[in-house]
Amino acid sequence: MIDVLIVGGGGAGLRAAIAVAETAPELTVAVVSKVYPMRSHTVSAEGGAAGVIGIDDSLDEHCYDTVSGGDWLCDQDAVEAFVREAPRELIQLEHWGCPWSREPDGRVAVRPFGGMKRLRTWYAADKTGFHLLHTLFQTTLRHPWIRRYDEWYVTSLVVDDGRVHGVVALDLRTGRVEAIPARAVVLATGGCGRVFPFTTNAAIKTGDGMALAYRAGAPLKDMEFVQYHPTGLPFTGILITEAARAEGGWLLNRDGYRYLQDYDLGTPTPTPKLRSMELGPRDRLSQAFVHEQDKGRTIDTPYGPVVHLDLRHLGAAKIDARIPFVRELCRSYQNLDPATDLIPVRPVVHYMMGGVHTDLDGATTIAGLYAAGETACVSINGANRLGSNSLPEILVFGRRAGLAAAAFARSHREGEPPAVRSQGDDERRRLERARDGSSVGSSGGERIADLRERMQHTLEGAAGIYRTGDALAKAVDTLADLCERAGEARVEDTSATFNTELITLLELRAMLDVARTIVACALGREESRGAHQRVDFPARDDDAYLAHSLVHRAPDGTPSVGLMPVTITCWPPGERVYGR
Amino acid sequence: MAAETIRLDVARYRPEEDAEPVLQSYEVPLRPDWAVLDGLAHIKDHLDGTLSFRWSCRMGICGSCGMDVDGEPRLTCGTFLAEYGAGPVRIEPLKGFPVIRDLVVDIDGFLAKLSSVRPWLVREGEEPPLTAEYAQTPAQLDAYKQYSMCINCMLCYSACPVYVLDPDFLGPAAIALAQRYNLDSRDMDDRFDVLNLEEAVWGCTFVGDCTRVCPKHVDPAEAIQRYKVTAALRSVLPWSGR
Ligand SMILES: Cc1cc2nc3c(=O)[nH]c(=O)nc-3n(C[C@H](O)[C@H](O)[C@H](O)COP(=O)(O)OP(=O)(O)OC[C@H]3O[C@@H](n4cnc5c(N)ncnc54)[C@H](O)[C@@H]3O)c2cc1C
Ligand code: SF4
Ligand code: FES
Repeated sequence: MIDVLIVGGGGAGLRAAIAVAETAPELTVAVVSKVYPMRSHTVSAEGGAAGVIGIDDSLDEHCYDTVSGGDWLCDQDAVEAFVREAPRELIQLEHWGCPWSREPDGRVAVRPFGGMKRLRTWYAADKTGFHLLHTLFQTTLRHPWIRRYDEWYVTSLVVDDGRVHGVVALDLRTGRVEAIPARAVVLATGGCGRVFPFTTNAAIKTGDGMALAYRAGAPLKDMEFVQYHPTGLPFTGILITEAARAEGGWLLNRDGYRYLQDYDLGTPTPTPKLRSMELGPRDRLSQAFVHEQDKGRTIDTPYGPVVHLDLRHLGAAKIDARIPFVRELCRSYQNLDPATDLIPVRPVVHYMMGGVHTDLDGATTIAGLYAAGETACVSINGANRLGSNSLPEILVFGRRAGLAAAAFARSHREGEPPAVRSQGDDERRRLERARDGSSVGSSGGERIADLRERMQHTLEGAAGIYRTGDALAKAVDTLADLCERAGEARVEDTSATFNTELITLLELRAMLDVARTIVACALGREESRGAHQRVDFPARDDDAYLAHSLVHRAPDGTPSVGLMPVTITCWPPGERVYGR
Repeated sequence: MAAETIRLDVARYRPEEDAEPVLQSYEVPLRPDWAVLDGLAHIKDHLDGTLSFRWSCRMGICGSCGMDVDGEPRLTCGTFLAEYGAGPVRIEPLKGFPVIRDLVVDIDGFLAKLSSVRPWLVREGEEPPLTAEYAQTPAQLDAYKQYSMCINCMLCYSACPVYVLDPDFLGPAAIALAQRYNLDSRDMDDRFDVLNLEEAVWGCTFVGDCTRVCPKHVDPAEAIQRYKVTAALRSVLPWSGR
């Protein structure tokens, strides 16, 4: 029996595993991941990780930037813990070998970032997530007793009597379905950007952990808050990091005009000014794009309207020193050189502010079940996450969840209940039926990809940057229908060995559950706040909605949405001011 | 006018039914901005759901999508169909690794090698408190930075004539990673015990194909040659460990 079982080998999961291994060597710890840990999506993060380090900076200011950036929907006690612990986590990474970029005197360097009033974003050129993840992964190799289940896909949580007892997982290589009993489980499965058609997110970001928790009875929180990043490459959705603007990049419309000045984000200056213009928060920048589009001031391309990101004035030398990956990506994927060409960009789905509802230690409402990282909602991100807050978040709360899960496992020494076996057997039968086609027949049923496309377009249409009650209400029905049809989708692959088609179907079902909660929460919130903009309710309404949305799965499978108070400690709700 | 298409000849292998891999042909749209990976995804989504391959980031950083494309190990998310003219394009699993299924190969051997080179900062004494970083100048960072860029994509192993004959050869990426830590000013080890071996740096015959195929310019060949010098010096001057 495993003491602490971690689902997910990204930054949050590996940080949790190391926390357990280092502080509780007497406990057994395992990491189950559907891809090899170093393939996890954390690897794609580019720009950096925020943590107060400069002498002109303060914890208070990082808190204020985060809370105002989140349009006051963050829990301020969580933000305070996060901001306090972020620097020590980043130093810890440094001590483990992370190649942070440096100042000439050998100190760690920091760069500006969107919505941040001070220079506090640590970076490893523009491959911060890559270096962070490989450093964590290589550090786990020091602890050979961290057991790994690489390329195992968790299909359900074993929950009995309000308490988690392990997971059921499918070994991709053999097709074996096994119940893995555990005293405590940490979900660190990342986000769900793939519910949308156009996203920076990797193929694996399908919201599995959110669906696992939700089906097991734990509520999700603030699912309506979906972050669009203002600068994705058309077609691929590959991210051009905010660091490009932090280093001095400009956003231009079809007339070569820095249009952000028209949207209460400040006045243009030749060099970047903090919390102003191109360094405003992501929600406001993505919304400004839509207005430019409405005014006919964007540029049409086969992949939709775009604006231009201009880095030419930075020069090749600065681009190579600070944001070399941007140049590499533009050359390889867009066939242009940012040192001499304009980069076409458009807003792209990037990050989920919402997730599994947890407390400050990652605890969910199910005893023994914890969640951390993008799959969780503590919440420090509120209605809009600030760039470079997520990487420190996965470290701070990955560690916290690991420690809390270890404490739980230490104080709950009972053996394995019969539920583990019986639920494992049920799940095995269910999956074998899906695989051998006997539940659906390989000829009948619709294609998985067709259903997925419908879901994605439904979400984009109803839950995009601007939303209306009517479109959302329609989407509720469309998604319910798609859910049923996904129950009968076609699986042609009957092989037990590395059956990725079966995985794709399981991922689609997870995404559909998550998509329904996004739409339900968005329909319920009749106000506009941060990344959630309702055309029919354009103002923020603190009287009714200074509250988290909490969504449970009703017995008939439909989402049921309620509200929960926000914790305010030091920063009463105010106006979000940028550029003035 | 019919849209342009290109033929992909894709290696198929299902251990339950196939004695050995066979090529299966598919026609996919030929679009100027489609990578080989987009072609494979098109097959899986619209033509044949049974094709298995790995991918995730589709931005050249997760290291999942290495395959053999027309005889060369490539990242399929960064290799464009348009490179291959009218086609056809042959897509096979990376050479030198056991095939699990279709285009999916077994890389567990590499993971074991990775652990063996102690890919972490080795230091003596207590870890200092988490209030300050170890100092490292930009020049000290530059000394190892290139070797820290490896995405574990396995292309170099697939291209390495030594590894393909001897799976026990520690190989390019693992040695480059060892050098990444050896050359880090914060590290106190030289990993001599695992590198100064016939199956490690001395096995390399300096063909240099690893460096040629590496999509991240890690230059593992140089890492190996540099360590040979270090190891030779250390054998002559046994106290010259760093
Ligand atoms: C392109 C891009 C750039 C970004 N840049 C930045 C940045 O500069 N700064 C910043 O702060 N944030 C950035 N972010 C956000 C940040 O990278 C992510 O929020 C963060 O890395 C998420 O980490 P995680 O550990 O929660 O999840 P992930 O790294 O996504 O890991 C999830 C893990 O869960 C596993 N898993 C999922 N489902 C299952 C299942 N069913 N069974 C088994 N295992 C499963 C996966 O295998 C994986 O190991 C960026 C995001 C993107 C998309
Ligand atoms: S050294 Fe280069 S080719 Fe080899 S695994 Fe690393 S990134 Fe891939
Ligand atoms: S899909 Fe990640 S490297 Fe190609």
